[in-house]
Amino acid sequence: MATTITMPQLGETVTEGTVERWLKKAGDPVEKYEAFVEVSTDKVNSEVPAPVTGTLREILVQEGTTVATGVPIAIIDEVGAATGTSTQQQTRDQMAESANFEPVPGFNIPEMPTKHVAPAASTPVRTNGQGATTANGAEAALRGASPAVRRLAREHHIDIRAIKGSGANGRVTADDVLSAARMGPSAAVGQAVISEPPAPSKKPATPGPGNTSTYGEPIPGTLIPLSSARRIIAERMVESKHNAPHAWSMVEVDVTNVWKWRTREKDRFERETGYKLTLLPFFVRAVVESLSVFPLMNAKFKPEGIFVEKAVNIGIAIGLPANLVVPVVKNADKLSIKGLALASGDLIDRARRSKLTADDLQGGTFTVNNNGANGSYASAPIINGGQAGIVTMETVVKKPVVTADDAIAIRQMMNVCLSLDHRVVDGYVASGFLADLKRRLEAMGPSGVL
Amino acid sequence: MAIASSSSQILNNVEAVRETLYEAMKNDDRTVILGEDVGNRGNVFLITKDFIKEFGPERVVDTPIAEASIVGIAVGMAMEGLRPIAEIQFADFIYPAFNQIVGEAAKTRYRSNGEYTCPLVIRTPYGGGVRGALSHSVSIEALFYHVPGLKIVAPSFPADVKGLLNAAIDDPDPVLFLEHKKTYRLIKGEVPSGHYTIPIGKADVKKTGSQLTVVSYGLYVHWALEAANALEQEGMSVEVIDLRSIRPMDRTAILESVRKTRKLLIIHEDNKFGGIGAEISAMVAEEALFELDAPIRRLAAPDVPAMGYALPLEEEYMSSPTEMAETMREMVRF
Amino acid sequence: MAKSEIQVRKTLERHGLSDEQLKAIFRNMLLQRQLDNRGFQLNRQGKVPFALGSEGHEALQAGAAMAFKRGKDILAPYYRDLGLAIGIGLTPYEILLSLFARAEDHNGGRQFPNHYSSKRAGLMSFSSILAAHIPHATGAAYSLKYRKEAGRAVLVTCGDGTTSEGEWHESMNFAAVHKLPMVMLVENNQWAISTPLSLQMAEPNIYKRAEGYGMPGEQFDGFDPIATYDAVHRAMERARSGGGPSLIEGVCYRFLAHSTDDNDMTYRTKDEVSENRKHDPVPRFERVLVDAGVMTAEEVDEMKKSVLRETNEATDKAEAMPYPEASDLYKHVYEGAWEPWQ
Repeated sequence: MATTITMPQLGETVTEGTVERWLKKAGDPVEKYEAFVEVSTDKVNSEVPAPVTGTLREILVQEGTTVATGVPIAIIDEVGAATGTSTQQQTRDQMAESANFEPVPGFNIPEMPTKHVAPAASTPVRTNGQGATTANGAEAALRGASPAVRRLAREHHIDIRAIKGSGANGRVTADDVLSAARMGPSAAVGQAVISEPPAPSKKPATPGPGNTSTYGEPIPGTLIPLSSARRIIAERMVESKHNAPHAWSMVEVDVTNVWKWRTREKDRFERETGYKLTLLPFFVRAVVESLSVFPLMNAKFKPEGIFVEKAVNIGIAIGLPANLVVPVVKNADKLSIKGLALASGDLIDRARRSKLTADDLQGGTFTVNNNGANGSYASAPIINGGQAGIVTMETVVKKPVVTADDAIAIRQMMNVCLSLDHRVVDGYVASGFLADLKRRLEAMGPSGVL
Repeated sequence: MAIASSSSQILNNVEAVRETLYEAMKNDDRTVILGEDVGNRGNVFLITKDFIKEFGPERVVDTPIAEASIVGIAVGMAMEGLRPIAEIQFADFIYPAFNQIVGEAAKTRYRSNGEYTCPLVIRTPYGGGVRGALSHSVSIEALFYHVPGLKIVAPSFPADVKGLLNAAIDDPDPVLFLEHKKTYRLIKGEVPSGHYTIPIGKADVKKTGSQLTVVSYGLYVHWALEAANALEQEGMSVEVIDLRSIRPMDRTAILESVRKTRKLLIIHEDNKFGGIGAEISAMVAEEALFELDAPIRRLAAPDVPAMGYALPLEEEYMSSPTEMAETMREMVRF
Repeated sequence: MAKSEIQVRKTLERHGLSDEQLKAIFRNMLLQRQLDNRGFQLNRQGKVPFALGSEGHEALQAGAAMAFKRGKDILAPYYRDLGLAIGIGLTPYEILLSLFARAEDHNGGRQFPNHYSSKRAGLMSFSSILAAHIPHATGAAYSLKYRKEAGRAVLVTCGDGTTSEGEWHESMNFAAVHKLPMVMLVENNQWAISTPLSLQMAEPNIYKRAEGYGMPGEQFDGFDPIATYDAVHRAMERARSGGGPSLIEGVCYRFLAHSTDDNDMTYRTKDEVSENRKHDPVPRFERVLVDAGVMTAEEVDEMKKSVLRETNEATDKAEAMPYPEASDLYKHVYEGAWEPWQ
């Protein structure tokens, strides 16, 4: 049985040793405890006694060579001795090896205290119809949260019950709260919308206590106290306008053909899906295509630089009686016109029923506002969520236009307006984007595959 | 930090201490080294090897075995104009000198209203991982860091060792200079040539990160860095602060880091109860509670009198890089 | 001149001291007694919370102070060395400042009374911890030898109880090994608070330990200032000239309790105290000086009045001084300004 001899540790802090002199040569017999090599360190010189009786089979390290402790320096073939001795050596070697940084079995690694996990954070909670208890409920949810989470949630007016926690055991972490806050006014507002009860309908239009009225039913001569949603909208609008230098541009788009296409498909679409087919999904389809050509329009200004988003998540601005929400169609570039129609239809429907989730409101990279539905001809929207721009579809108007061959024709014309963050995008890119968008829209229809 | 020349060399911690002491002896006649076996033996780790040949027995004094008076006599030397560097052979032997350190050296300036001062350095090797058992492994900083008037430093990178030892020697107040014996030959690093000091009371961020602050010192800084580097391969970002100074302690560095990462783990070799981690935890809870996204944790030795001589006992007492990594991982994921 | 006066004058062994010096010694003893009493008076008046007496040590300390070279030697005393402190140059005003804990005190009112400190006079700062100052004295003596400053020595004092401390032994040992310019003067007043000599040590003659350390040792009458002067002077000269350290022991008695917080009748008898009072060194030396014709009775009386006047003036002046400010608490922790969490 071969026994490997390693460089011993000759001192508490010694890490290497030098083979000074071999007292035996290969092939020599050696007795247990007999000195067979001299080794030195800068502290101590020492003869090393053999651990077993046998023959020195091989010298692995020459005289004068310095090696680290534990490095093999010789092999002895054990002769006639009980196997117990070499097993002992091996066990010692194993112990020496395993001594380095293996966890000792049974070591009690302290567990993370679970009592600090926010109890309500594991599932988002819908709070419709809970009235005055909602505010208390949000406070109660904070009680189990860490101090950072509590502070950030309060500062950013976020109900942590609506956040899906990414921490251990589904804990809502401070980063989760910050991410939710960064999603912009829509996310924050959406959060507030989720946590606030829906505006009660059919309220008599009389002034409230202390001459107040509500946003849904404003009465002249009264004060409308700010709901948390309105407060957040105000804050976010100021923030957006303050931080991003807004510039504005507009193109006039001939949507006659795409309108024809939509008209051709709408009844069958509504029959099959139950959703209305508007111009919006066609528009969004064109927008995502233009974004792929002009990726700077799908970017965000950060102190470290302009971050060009990978995903294309289109926010659809939806005006509700008392609020503005911007749910997001995720990965819109991967959806067909039909897919976009279904996705946006679902979002709009749930927005109207106050059934949007926090996830619906997060992650937007560019926003579309169908202002035309309200009859607007041109508008200068405020950029949402720190994005590079926001584009509107204005109302469709029948107009006389000059055609390519200098004739007068009646066409359906729609203005498309763009507010852009001039830190991220210049006129060159913005105008190019709009021109590209116009070209695509004018090339759509009068028929095709949705 | 003023560096005389731009060259540097690779030294281990023994060499860093030796070189620094040598230069101090050469450059200031008032410097006297005293302790057991520091002269003819050149210190049991050979730190002052051959000093006595060059500087003579009046400057490199082999004292009797009497720890209380090693420090007490050094206090008297300091009060009377010399710049003594006293050595306690192992930190485990320091207890007889406790009054001289805590009751006398730390209070000389204060009790005399600034008329008498005590510019004294007490050097001692501490710490375990060397099979040192009950009397050659102990950590003592928790016993002394409580005392105003005393300074304590515990660097463990050779460049830090030189800079802080120079600062300690220059300091007009008593400084306890702790040298982790396992790092003596284990840790090598680049050390700038020439005289320079590192201010006492300044920590050093040895690795920047964003998800967890780890505060440590001594041997454990090196193991914490090993653990943090392993976690980096897993996509986790851990910041490791080397305290270097135990008292005064760099609270600004700690708070700045915690405000960034929101999570704090203190790792030290000493017992947990009343160790350095306790004071850091209290300070951070007091100053930055609303930045914290997780409870402050301390990874430290269990509260038993000592690490045993048998290897399993030593390992159970000490915290390995694997254990450190596991705790860091838990905290990042929390 | 009466025959008896001539005879007495001839037999007074002066060890080289002049009349002026003898008078100075006596005045020191009177002043020490007076200041000592003043401390107790102020305590009983409720003006100072603590006082510690040194009655019985007057001869020992005045004689030792006379052997001390001002501006050259270093004194490392303990808290019963009022006489030595004023003997080497501290003023009654400085003594009273420390009793009243005023800001102007050397220690800024931080230390207990009697914990004198004066760089000007060469008096090393010390704490209440017995024997902790002796290694300091040893280190200071090492500094003198290291810098080859001949003609300078350290006079370190302590009581009989302190000689039981380990650091006393360690310091003596080190001083002997290195032949340091140091004189260890033990003021053996036979009591350590309530512990009599017989419980403190088996060998009551402390000076005999000197042989064990390898240094000269001597015992003298601590109630005799001239004998004290002689012993201290020779030992200090030996130290100053490179002859190394000595252990000298002056035997006296502590007439009062340890301090104002102690009741000595709980551990010794009135008879024992009054028996020892018969050797009170102050009236004894008065008699010696008058008998030797060094001073007349009137001169003695005048001196006592002058000492009282000086004490009264110092008391009034010190009492009028302000206490330290609360903000003074934060000064001198380290060099430079204090910071919380520093």
